[in-house]
Amino acid sequence: MRDKTQLTRLETETVNSAKTRKPLYAARQKIFPKRASGNFRRFKWLVMTITLGIYYLAAWLPWARGPFAPDQAVLLDVANRRFYFFFIEIWPQEFFYVAGLLVMAGVGLFLITSTVGRAWCGYACPQTVWVDLFLLVERAIEGDRNARMKLDAGPWTARKLMLRVSKHAVWLVIAAATGGAWIFYFADAPTLMGELFTGTAAPVAYITIAVLTATTYTFGGLMREQVCTYMCPWPRIQAAMLDENSLTVTYNDWRGEPRSRHAKKVQASGQSVGDCVDCNACVAVCPMGIDIRDGQQLECITCALCIDACDGVMDKLGKERGLISYATLSDYNANMMLATAGGSSSINPSLVRTAVGTFSDQVAHFHIRKIFRPRTYIYMGLWSLIGLGLLYSLLTRDRLELNVLHDRNPQFVTLSDGSIRNGYTVKLLNMIPEPRTIVVTMQGLKGADMVVVGDDIPAGRSFAIPVEPDRLKTLKVFVRQPADQIHAPAQTFKFRVEDKASFESNEYTATFNAPEAAK
Amino acid sequence: MSDEHIDEVSGVSTTGHEWDGIRELNNPLPRWWVITFYVTIAWALVYTTAYPAWPMLTSATKGMLGYSSRKDVKNDLAAAEAANGKYVAAIQANSVSEILTDDDLREFAVAAGAAAFKVNCTQCHGSGAQGSKGFPNLNDDDWLWGGSPDQIQQTITHGLRFASDPDTRLSEMPAFGDIIAADQIAQVSAYVASLSGKVRDASLIQPGAKVFAENCVACHGDNAKGNREFGAPDLTDAIWLYGSGETAIAAQVRAPKQGIMPAWVGRLGEIKVKELAVYVHSLGGGE
Repeated sequence: MRDKTQLTRLETETVNSAKTRKPLYAARQKIFPKRASGNFRRFKWLVMTITLGIYYLAAWLPWARGPFAPDQAVLLDVANRRFYFFFIEIWPQEFFYVAGLLVMAGVGLFLITSTVGRAWCGYACPQTVWVDLFLLVERAIEGDRNARMKLDAGPWTARKLMLRVSKHAVWLVIAAATGGAWIFYFADAPTLMGELFTGTAAPVAYITIAVLTATTYTFGGLMREQVCTYMCPWPRIQAAMLDENSLTVTYNDWRGEPRSRHAKKVQASGQSVGDCVDCNACVAVCPMGIDIRDGQQLECITCALCIDACDGVMDKLGKERGLISYATLSDYNANMMLATAGGSSSINPSLVRTAVGTFSDQVAHFHIRKIFRPRTYIYMGLWSLIGLGLLYSLLTRDRLELNVLHDRNPQFVTLSDGSIRNGYTVKLLNMIPEPRTIVVTMQGLKGADMVVVGDDIPAGRSFAIPVEPDRLKTLKVFVRQPADQIHAPAQTFKFRVEDKASFESNEYTATFNAPEAAK
Repeated sequence: MSDEHIDEVSGVSTTGHEWDGIRELNNPLPRWWVITFYVTIAWALVYTTAYPAWPMLTSATKGMLGYSSRKDVKNDLAAAEAANGKYVAAIQANSVSEILTDDDLREFAVAAGAAAFKVNCTQCHGSGAQGSKGFPNLNDDDWLWGGSPDQIQQTITHGLRFASDPDTRLSEMPAFGDIIAADQIAQVSAYVASLSGKVRDASLIQPGAKVFAENCVACHGDNAKGNREFGAPDLTDAIWLYGSGETAIAAQVRAPKQGIMPAWVGRLGEIKVKELAVYVHSLGGGE
């Protein structure tokens, strides 16, 4: 028998013991954002009014284009492959304008993010705007934060049922209107509206409304901040886009800490105390349910409502606004160095103030110059360059175009009198919504003439042909050159098209082939 | 060791898993995320039950909805055919010349004719209808049997020298090797070649004209312009089915080659023949 006392118990623990096991999935914690008021809230209402106004109403704006084109200002006519935007009409081959606008939007987003942080997230993103709208409805029906929390925690009474049903009903109406507004951009809005309610619209219209209603209701009403935190890639990308000179919503702990709810008592005991009274107003208004005082974080969409909330509190306390403010990391760091005496101590807010209580001259404040730095110059330059390029291209684009396809099989045909004939498919593009008469002329190719298949146009070197408004006309043209005029197996000549009324013209250089022997 | 590990930097609890001192943070996923995952699995099951999906030994399951991509194609084809119905009816009702006067109808017939041409005609006439030696080029303006819409339709319908069609276009040039002397063949070849170009020995032309007048004018005409009644070619133009020049002409006089074209109406039907006639007429040489 061995001596049992020689055996020591090993200090170890299983990785999956019930004591240490934690759930890998967490339920959503409900957020009840309190109503904020202040400059940023007003600005958000304004942005919401403008963006929603554009979205819901732009499809209904009329724009006269004459009898041959739709009179809807913004219309994506998929069936006819035309896009109308006020005075601009885009054919499919001009889609690069839209691509260019998307590139501008991308560079613009970089510019905005590098200067004022996630302003897109906080003010203009559809998710933010619609959540704001849905919260507005929720607040109107169920009351502000405390009333909503009480209602949520309370039992299912008739009143609660009534409030909840009416809230979700209004949400669904908004969601349906959102889905409904979308489809009006793809067809004549008044006609489609009529068809929608008589049940005669295309199935795809109803499907689109159903899908957009479902997503709007789910994302705006039910998921809210979950979309930003878990589904959207932008919070991840923005970390790479911000630099130390980008403005972002910041809790200035160099003047706020140490926070205290009993400032006077603490002060009386001789300890320093910051401006933060730990009232949690900033947390209560946050639609993301976070605490900005924990610092810059992925969940923060920089909607600046915490700034409004805190400014209100600071006003009541008679202190300077801006405990939570838009600030750059470099200013923040400089002020932190000041408040911590170069990092040697914990925060002492008295270090940033003068004896009379105002901010010391050494406190860094944001200056507009910080927006102008090499990086933002490059973004601005790129953005303007693309914009000017698109504008130039738009103003000088052709509205009368000509495409020519040379027959390849056979390349040429010998006719009975020995002359050589080549065939061409000539496409005339009348890109304005008015009928035009286009004159097609041959230039070069001595002695040659042309005939148009299917038209009673006599052979010659020029003919006029009517082209319908906003349409492409395809002509089969045969060009014939007498044998004694042919001097090379391949000669070039020009097709020229001209609108005599507007003096618009275009040219295409084509090749005329003949057998090697014919020289 | 404590029951719960809290990571110092992030303040987040860990799962308890540890590798060489590195612990795995537990940032729990939202529960709806995993619910969505299970919903997609359920959806996949429903979907693969409703539609053909699961591979079995010899084929795949058919699906509850009875969907089949073959049936889809069949329906699409039927719909396309129905959509073309009015054009097809109009082609049946109108003559080829009438079809040519209607822009829409002509475009439809040209497209349909081009498709039929690629399947049935390219073997001899080439994919661009450019022909080759012995097979006429249909793009040019030289027609043996006539280039009007109705004449082209007639040729396609009944063919050339096609024995089993009583209405076929028929003609036969005799083999003059057995009828006239070898020097006469050389003379007449020189004469014919001289009508559209230069010849080696101009002294042959005069006697050649005499030989021509005695033997050839019946079909090719006094002026050698040919005769479409018999498919006799114009000998004065630049187009030669069996080759230009005295040698090629002499060979053709001695023992003529003569092409045969099948009658197509029995195989393709009247509508397709009309479409082909419109297509051929549109190639640029139509009269």
